Amino acid sequence: MVVSTKMALEGAHASAQAMRQINPDVVAAYPITPQTAIVQTFSQYVADGEVDTEFIAVESEHAAMSACIGAAAAGGRVMTATAANGLALMWEELYIAASLRLPIVMSVVNRALSAPLNIHCDHSDSMGARDAGWIQLYSETGQEAYDNTIQAVRIAEHPDLLLPVMVMQDGFITGHAVELVEVADDASVKEFIGTYTPKYSLLDIDHPVTFGAWDLWDYYFEHKRQQTDAMSKAMKVIVDVGKEFGQVFGRTYGIFDAYAMDDAELAIIVLSSTAGTARTVIRELRKKGLKIGLLKLRVFRPFPAQELVAALKDVKAVAVLDRSISFGAMEGAGPLFLEVCAALFAAGATQKVVNYIYGLGGRDVLPEYIERVASDLQEIADTGKVKSLVNYLGLRE
Amino acid sequence: MAKLTEIRWHGRAGQGIVTASELLAEAALKDDKYFQAFPEYGPERMGAPIKAYTRISDEPIELHCHILNPEVVVVVNPNLLGVVDVTEGLAEDGVLIVNTSETPQQIRARLGLKNNKKVFTVDATRIALETIKRDIPATLMLGAIIRATGLVSLDKTLHLVQEKLGAKLRAEVVENNLKALRRAYEEVKEG
Amino acid sequence: MAKENATWREANIAGLVLEPGCTAEYNTGTWRVLRPVHDMSKCTHCLICWVYCPDSAIVVENGRWVRFDYDHCKGCGICANECPVKVDAHEYTGKAGKVIQMVEEKSWEKEEKC
Repeated sequence: MVVSTKMALEGAHASAQAMRQINPDVVAAYPITPQTAIVQTFSQYVADGEVDTEFIAVESEHAAMSACIGAAAAGGRVMTATAANGLALMWEELYIAASLRLPIVMSVVNRALSAPLNIHCDHSDSMGARDAGWIQLYSETGQEAYDNTIQAVRIAEHPDLLLPVMVMQDGFITGHAVELVEVADDASVKEFIGTYTPKYSLLDIDHPVTFGAWDLWDYYFEHKRQQTDAMSKAMKVIVDVGKEFGQVFGRTYGIFDAYAMDDAELAIIVLSSTAGTARTVIRELRKKGLKIGLLKLRVFRPFPAQELVAALKDVKAVAVLDRSISFGAMEGAGPLFLEVCAALFAAGATQKVVNYIYGLGGRDVLPEYIERVASDLQEIADTGKVKSLVNYLGLRE
Repeated sequence: MAKLTEIRWHGRAGQGIVTASELLAEAALKDDKYFQAFPEYGPERMGAPIKAYTRISDEPIELHCHILNPEVVVVVNPNLLGVVDVTEGLAEDGVLIVNTSETPQQIRARLGLKNNKKVFTVDATRIALETIKRDIPATLMLGAIIRATGLVSLDKTLHLVQEKLGAKLRAEVVENNLKALRRAYEEVKEG
Repeated sequence: MAKENATWREANIAGLVLEPGCTAEYNTGTWRVLRPVHDMSKCTHCLICWVYCPDSAIVVENGRWVRFDYDHCKGCGICANECPVKVDAHEYTGKAGKVIQMVEEKSWEKEEKC
């Protein structure tokens, strides 16, 4: 029986709570705003003896992920956390962790990449890592950050996958915001995640193994194909774990969270905290009779192309909100939009699509911006014409 | 009380207004309400004017944007009145609560506020100096907020403060803090 | 050793090598341009060559020099360089120098004896 405690927690502290309950073998991390609250809080747990974790205070994020890779190859359950430039500095190791099939779980508290220097939220850091081979889960609230972190352990360590998982939450907006978070009892979390028995481990001296050996034109390609195969199996695992989590803890998770989509003719797709603001606006617009719905994407990697196409099949116009830019992409669109376009096109769908770039560097996302998106969508559905493919919310023009 | 109440805090960095905004959120938790508390972090350092926000509601709060039209504004440092426009966006029938030795009438006149806005004052700095013996008025403002708005329960808030401070401070210090909060509640002036 | 030309379904996950020391199966002896030759009659069995050999290609039994492992000797010449024992006329080359000397790979025909 799960015994939950309602707590007033910052999103970052909710992640740290999950890490405490997961009690990983090794955490190697370097502090960076706005992730610092996670590492600082967790290192306090280590100092207070509340966890058995070997905490490695490293000299950079490059070293943090390197140490995580070593510890995971040695068979440990390994976690870390970072943001923005820290994630960028891990670039090389992100690919190595994924390619070596090491089930590391990492919290990313989304923050804009420099320059100019900015500590506030956008998604350019994790979106920049979207092709590295990590599973990516995005969280709307501190509660979701907590829940996703616990589920991430099960997803990453699933024998069909053995893929690292990033759990995102919006810097400051959720990371530093105190909200209601239901924290389960330690024993229930421990039971849910179970113990991790690595299939291959450097410390298994009876079965010696070499990680990261030379792998040229003769085999590298096959190993990359294995990675995409694991990714293709990830969606089912994510859904299964989300369901089981719901059975145990009462909050079920899927690929996306659909709101008012049943009879929707217009749809907004968005990630993370902005989904809450959008839902609030859509609730009001629904009262006025506008047939609009929301798809909050939880899983960005693997990208749920088929599921999205199915969810959008009766919709006339779709607006995709991106908190980052894929510079030089089609009309400077955002990565989420490009993925949605690709999924719809490949499925032969004919919905009109429009992209909105929003919230870069922490620019606030006001309800009126969502109202503007809704009214644009209505016009697109009525006229069948998209005046401008890529638009900006809250930009001085 | 409206379903959703939005509160903006004005203070100086290092004064504890983020802690106070979070404490109010925790008090709402004790009242089985929903809440959000979040700071507005810029490049500020100690002494710079900063803002923090609290939302309290009977229903889950999904909005994740800043608060532009608060129902309640709390000014922790009176000398901010001449530095920032603390009433910016304040709802027509909103509530302004100021830590000052001045009367509500004096504040109303100084800011040129209309009568449909409520003004409360409390000399939280003096109360803090007399009870806690330190110039830390931010959390005392909770007493004034509770008196002015009834947003959360005084008893539960006192209990919360006792619980939080009791874990790390001497009984005498905890008692002084509770006394300060109660005095702030009692000494609020409306005008 | 993993199956030759394994498909992506058959290949070891992540390119892991699950058999220790499997490079022993790789005949790097074919890389050799120069070949070390050894004069057993003058060898003091100091085993300095064995210490220095980067490919573990000097076979020692019971503390005595036995032979070169020509399947793994890449002909780097370190053994010949480090060998401290001088000879007036080497058993195989006939030249003055050390107990281990380097010769052209193709010129050597009595492989089994060295």
